[in-house]
Amino acid sequence: MNEIIGKPIDRVDGRLKVTGGARYAAEFQLPNMAYAYLVQSTIAKGRIRSMDVSKAVAVSGVLAVLTHENAPRLKTPPEDKSFESKLGEKDLLPLQRDQIYYDGQHIAVIVADTFERARDAASLIKVEYDPENAVFQMEQALSQAYEAKESFGRKAQSRRGDPDAGFAAASIKCEETYITPIEHHNAMEPHATIANWNGDELTVYDSTQWVLGTRKSIADLLGISAENVRVISPFVGGGFGSKGFMWAHPVIAAMAAKTVGRPVKLVLTRQQMFSATGHRPRTIQKIGLGATREGKFTVVSHRTTTQTSVVEEFLEPSGMSTRVLYDSPAMEVKHLLVRLNTGTPCPMRAPGEASGTFAVESALDELSYKLKIDPIQLRLLNYADKNPQTNQPWSGKNLKQCYERGAAAINWAQRNPEPRSMREGRFLAGYGMATATYPGNRSAASAKVQVLRDGSVIASSCTQDIGTGTYTIMTQIVSEALGIPVARIEFKLGDSKLPKGPVSGGSQTAASVGPAVQAAALSARSKVVKLAIADKDSPLHGRKEDEIVSKNDRLFLADDTSKGETYATILGRSQVPFIEAECQTRVSTREKSGDENTGTKKNEAGAKESGGGCFAATSDENVDREQYSFHSFGAQFAKVQVDPLLGMVRVVKWVSVMDIGRVLNLKTARNQVCGGVIMGLGMALMEETVLDPNRGRIVTRDLANYHVPVHADIPDIDVQFIDNPDPFINPFGGRGVGEIGITGAPAAIANAVYHATGIRIRELPITPDKLISA
Amino acid sequence: MSDPDENLPAQHLNSAVPSGPTRREFIGQVAVAGIGFGIGSNLHAEDYFQKTRAAAPGETTVHLEINGAQKTLRLDPRVTLLDTLREKLALTGTKKGCDHGQCGACTVLVNGRRVNSCLTLTVACQNAKVTTVEGLAQGDALHPVQAAFLKHDAFQCGYCTSGQICSAVGLLSEGHAQSDAEIRELMSGNICRCGAYQNILAAIKEARVAV
Repeated sequence: MNEIIGKPIDRVDGRLKVTGGARYAAEFQLPNMAYAYLVQSTIAKGRIRSMDVSKAVAVSGVLAVLTHENAPRLKTPPEDKSFESKLGEKDLLPLQRDQIYYDGQHIAVIVADTFERARDAASLIKVEYDPENAVFQMEQALSQAYEAKESFGRKAQSRRGDPDAGFAAASIKCEETYITPIEHHNAMEPHATIANWNGDELTVYDSTQWVLGTRKSIADLLGISAENVRVISPFVGGGFGSKGFMWAHPVIAAMAAKTVGRPVKLVLTRQQMFSATGHRPRTIQKIGLGATREGKFTVVSHRTTTQTSVVEEFLEPSGMSTRVLYDSPAMEVKHLLVRLNTGTPCPMRAPGEASGTFAVESALDELSYKLKIDPIQLRLLNYADKNPQTNQPWSGKNLKQCYERGAAAINWAQRNPEPRSMREGRFLAGYGMATATYPGNRSAASAKVQVLRDGSVIASSCTQDIGTGTYTIMTQIVSEALGIPVARIEFKLGDSKLPKGPVSGGSQTAASVGPAVQAAALSARSKVVKLAIADKDSPLHGRKEDEIVSKNDRLFLADDTSKGETYATILGRSQVPFIEAECQTRVSTREKSGDENTGTKKNEAGAKESGGGCFAATSDENVDREQYSFHSFGAQFAKVQVDPLLGMVRVVKWVSVMDIGRVLNLKTARNQVCGGVIMGLGMALMEETVLDPNRGRIVTRDLANYHVPVHADIPDIDVQFIDNPDPFINPFGGRGVGEIGITGAPAAIANAVYHATGIRIRELPITPDKLISA
Repeated sequence: MSDPDENLPAQHLNSAVPSGPTRREFIGQVAVAGIGFGIGSNLHAEDYFQKTRAAAPGETTVHLEINGAQKTLRLDPRVTLLDTLREKLALTGTKKGCDHGQCGACTVLVNGRRVNSCLTLTVACQNAKVTTVEGLAQGDALHPVQAAFLKHDAFQCGYCTSGQICSAVGLLSEGHAQSDAEIRELMSGNICRCGAYQNILAAIKEARVAV
């Protein structure tokens, strides 16, 4: 009605960010702050024989040195199947034992009165080890690979039809192996925690994508009630998945603060982040495609072997999206895991989809050349009009339009399909494309909206804004529901005292928190309307609720705009200080035990209480989401130039056309897709974590050696949205947008490189050496 | 503080070795000791550095002008300008992203020039004029670069933003930023992991007109 949702308004937190006023975890000022500095292991496996801390303790200003010998004891948390929290490494509680499982494991923390003294003292700790033979390369341990069970409740092994028969029936087969390297998130803000005890109560300022998960994990480890822990995280300097599960440092900060009786600030160095805050694991993916002469698939198989650490089982589920991407009578997806003496992997932007679509979408490209069918045409021939795995209809899919618009925007038609046929000066030019996909996740959330006497609004939910635009889009949702301008609305997040919100992961925040915020706002509005209807002095007295609309701070009759008054006037006459509504939504599209991203049943136990008595939440939950499959799709198009002498690849033009349902803010949504594409460009051309083959130590442990895209690497990126509301995901029709931008991007580049050069690179990143030696 | 070499950071095995064994000999020893066990090398390095380090240094007085305000500070000489701003003066707008001069998040203007404040020791800034992101706006009126960043959504998480803005201000005052290619090249010392580069380019082009 007010059409604020969708508008490309400036970020409501933007002013704070451009003036340096946004406060990140390490930036809270507490009196008497002490500084902690971590020490990490320098062997990949073994035991600590001895630690001589005498020189460190002797440094002036040092308050404590904690090691496994003297650190406070932690509790082993109960296994949490409800996914209310998640430790990054459940089998490695920090500073508790002398075992070393990987190079770069935290083994001590120094606390001092200044950062410089803590860092100095950390360099003085002398560690002697009893090393053991470590295994840190997948190829060394393939014989021990085992079949993974699941990934976030989704089965890790699945099939449909008869894959063997599918291969037997194929006229053309394409079987190749694709490899993606270890990658690191490298959010600009290093992981950081300030811990401050007040008696038995702990306040933690943390850089986290999951405030409530962090609260529960810290409480579980310390053996205290979550009620006694408050986690605050108003701004997060990027996460990309590395700040979702809780790593060891927040609880180390809490232990240190308890020990010294002062607030303690612990910031990881960029180097320390490489081993102790997760990564995208390496994958070896074997893709098998079988097709008829006409290009119709008879089988798709995807076998992924990937790695996890010895202290946690994390699966990079590269084959998940393969089950739903294309219509094929037979399909087989397998995931195998190898345990290694490395730091622990975790989700990194589109975990599974980013690595998996590189393999599958490269394989489709290879098949298209074998069949001499245009790559877009091959995808249309195998287009899935419904979810091929569950036979459910999609909640909303407009992928054909994405292909069409993207092809037009990049001028696909003028591409000469012959590889190595197009030249631009001394460069070889090439065009490539790939399909993008990501599940339409949504989970339970709650929110509160208060309309104050002056007609301003405070809305809140314990969600996070990791740069995605949560502050802004939630403010827009409240504004539209109430008819109150954005400037008069404050949205609060990142505080465990606020109504419960989910992890900012899986691109689910907009789709999950948005409906709860909207329901709370509508409920608050309804309360104000009822107040006016009951008030003899109101021009709205005695009218029906559905006759009344709102805009520009005013509530008025839809058929007579002169009859109405402002929120402030209504509340001003009443005795109440503010009107408040809190709503909870319980809808989830993340099936716990099933195969696919489908809606949950509508009438689960306790559903009568759903919505907390809020009509908007109740009507939201009455939609039967079980019928539908929720996925976003898109098309990625790249144009590259390759220097034939130097093997250098430059992406010179990019087009992404995305179908994410309704776009909530064109400005922030566009930025998200651009960011995903750029991370995909990094994945395709430069990002790679390298281990010392003798010691298992990461040697690319800084931003000079781990290359992320910089400004000069980036072409013009054209991002377009279909912008058709998804009628079933939530009342405003928007799916998430944080991750889909990276999916398909590396394959589009690899495919463009093939088109330009005739050289197929199946192992990322596509560095000059690979092209020159091919 | 007798020998300046003694203040080299001790935790980086690959930093240049000031005296004693040459870098080549040192690396050779590490390599020999590293084969098979992986542990000997590190003990070797630790022994070496522990012999060569000095006692913690005392404090020094530094006078600075920061965003127009005069500051006299007593500082550990190891404190970087970045940590001085963030930890001593609560000017947390300037960010620490890598502490190694590799990301640009800590960029500030010292005497009008762009510097990585993480690579700058405060004691080396005696009487310098430092401008941080907090010093750019005039009251409520944003600096044109700040306003353009806001308008063009030239950031996501905001953590690199202060450095990007300070770099852009420096770039424009130096008369660079004449073409898209030049802006892209000269802003490449400021990493934005969120990938807002396209919007940063648009913002700088707009601010170029205003500045």
